[in-house]
Amino acid sequence: MQKMIQKYFALFALPTLIAFTLAFIVPFIMGIYLSFTEFVTVNDAKWVGFGNYIKAFADKDFLNALWFTARFSIVSVVLINVFAFMLALALTKKIKGTNIFRTTFFMPNLIGGIVLGYIWQLIFNGILYKYEVTLMNDAAYGFWGLVILMNWQLIGYMMIIYIAGIQNVPKEQLEAAKIDGATNGVILRKIILPLVMPSITICLFLTISNSFKLFDQNLSLTAGGPSKQTAMLALDIYNTFYGKSGFEGVGQAKAVMFFLMVAIIVIVQLAITRRKEIEN
Amino acid sequence: MDDTQKKRPFLFLFLLVLAIAFITPILIVLMNSFKGKFFISDAPFVFPNSDTFVGLENYTSGIQKIDFFSAFGMSLFITIGSVTLIVFFTSMTGWYLTRVKTKWASALFFMFVFSMIVPFQMVMFTMSKTANVLGLGDPVGILVIYLGFGAGLSVFLFSGFVKSIPLEIEEAVMIDGGGPPQMFFKVIFPILKPIAITVAILNVMWIWNDYLLPVLIIDSKYRTIPIAIQYLKGGFGSIDMGAMMAMLVLAIIPIVIFYLFCQKYIIEGVVAGAVKG
Repeated sequence: MQKMIQKYFALFALPTLIAFTLAFIVPFIMGIYLSFTEFVTVNDAKWVGFGNYIKAFADKDFLNALWFTARFSIVSVVLINVFAFMLALALTKKIKGTNIFRTTFFMPNLIGGIVLGYIWQLIFNGILYKYEVTLMNDAAYGFWGLVILMNWQLIGYMMIIYIAGIQNVPKEQLEAAKIDGATNGVILRKIILPLVMPSITICLFLTISNSFKLFDQNLSLTAGGPSKQTAMLALDIYNTFYGKSGFEGVGQAKAVMFFLMVAIIVIVQLAITRRKEIEN
Repeated sequence: MDDTQKKRPFLFLFLLVLAIAFITPILIVLMNSFKGKFFISDAPFVFPNSDTFVGLENYTSGIQKIDFFSAFGMSLFITIGSVTLIVFFTSMTGWYLTRVKTKWASALFFMFVFSMIVPFQMVMFTMSKTANVLGLGDPVGILVIYLGFGAGLSVFLFSGFVKSIPLEIEEAVMIDGGGPPQMFFKVIFPILKPIAITVAILNVMWIWNDYLLPVLIIDSKYRTIPIAIQYLKGGFGSIDMGAMMAMLVLAIIPIVIFYLFCQKYIIEGVVAGAVKG
């Protein structure tokens, strides 16, 4: 049967493959090549070896963005997952209105990043106005602003995934533990947490990659201000490409490093949490 | 444990307060959309009064400034077009790559999975150049780009689902004399429906809200809603807060309507997509 299906490559796989080649494979390979060249229009690319990578690391905006992104991701990932898990526990206790609560908490996730950024810009500037400052006075405001925004957007999403995980915990096991006199804390640590490990894996994956790659919210909330101090990696790469002519190669080198960082972090995280799943 | 609802007054009250806090930002934007543009930034938490209330003025000026309805149409066209192409073509590809077990098929499948971890910034510049050279910088061309860039996750999800379909079904159809195309469209595709809904939902959520890809790919005369909103901020020198509030409200309304009607599918789709991913 496989032979029969194989003959229909042109129908089943070719259209997707053509689009995939144009939108991904070609840009990806070209991107790696161009990161080693100096260019403005692609056709005038001149080989410069690791020159762009050296320039990228000499760029203090890039280093600042790297540091800002790392701090932001750690704080957001921890807070989002802790809050989402707590909400999921609360919403699996069969209390009144569970469905409405779930609907409400999930909703912000559907709103686009640009819109989210402007909603929260209004709120934060409104609060800060009372102290006669704005988001542009201190990078710390932008940092915590983005953390709050990100929590608002992703808690509901992660909560939904944790709820699905918690609902898979066998009731018999929980009852048996209760009869044996286990406290709630012990039940949580010894039974629920190990069994929802697959949900933890996926939620960590989603929050880490979403935080690390954040762009739209960053652009609309602060646009990197004051003076690029709150620009994250994705925004810094964008600014390097489209902000100053002649730096396209440096932008592409930053983008390659950005890709490697995301890939390594995500693969390491998946390896660690998947191993925990198997241990249990 | 019994299945009846439990009364936990404190937990309920806490969740209620939290739920209200969750929707408050949206309500504040809604409230400010009816205030004059100079009364928003300084006092966003104050209700409109007879001096500050301007009725629908912000809505009319905002709609006119960014041509909201054509942006809405553009977003609708690009989202529906791309998602239709993605579901149609990647379901076939996901099935094909799972059933055909050659080295090439595995290599191709690996490439699709690999593309899922590559951030957009890695390919954004070269992708926009490629699209430009090939003349894909219009609302139809961008559909091809979305199909290509969205293929990774979608092929992966379809393929995971196909693995759970027993081969006997396909063998039975073969014996009855149907070729692979009839088999796929008459038998397999209907079975794929649940995962097709998941794929569609995840892609709608991505493409409807996407800002950077369309802004780089399509000609600047075409604007989707996120692009139009960003343009409202940068395109006129100083920002008109009144129009901004009104346009934020108009941008949120379609999403809320979509959510309320398809809530069950959205939540199930998100869970299914996450678990399979």
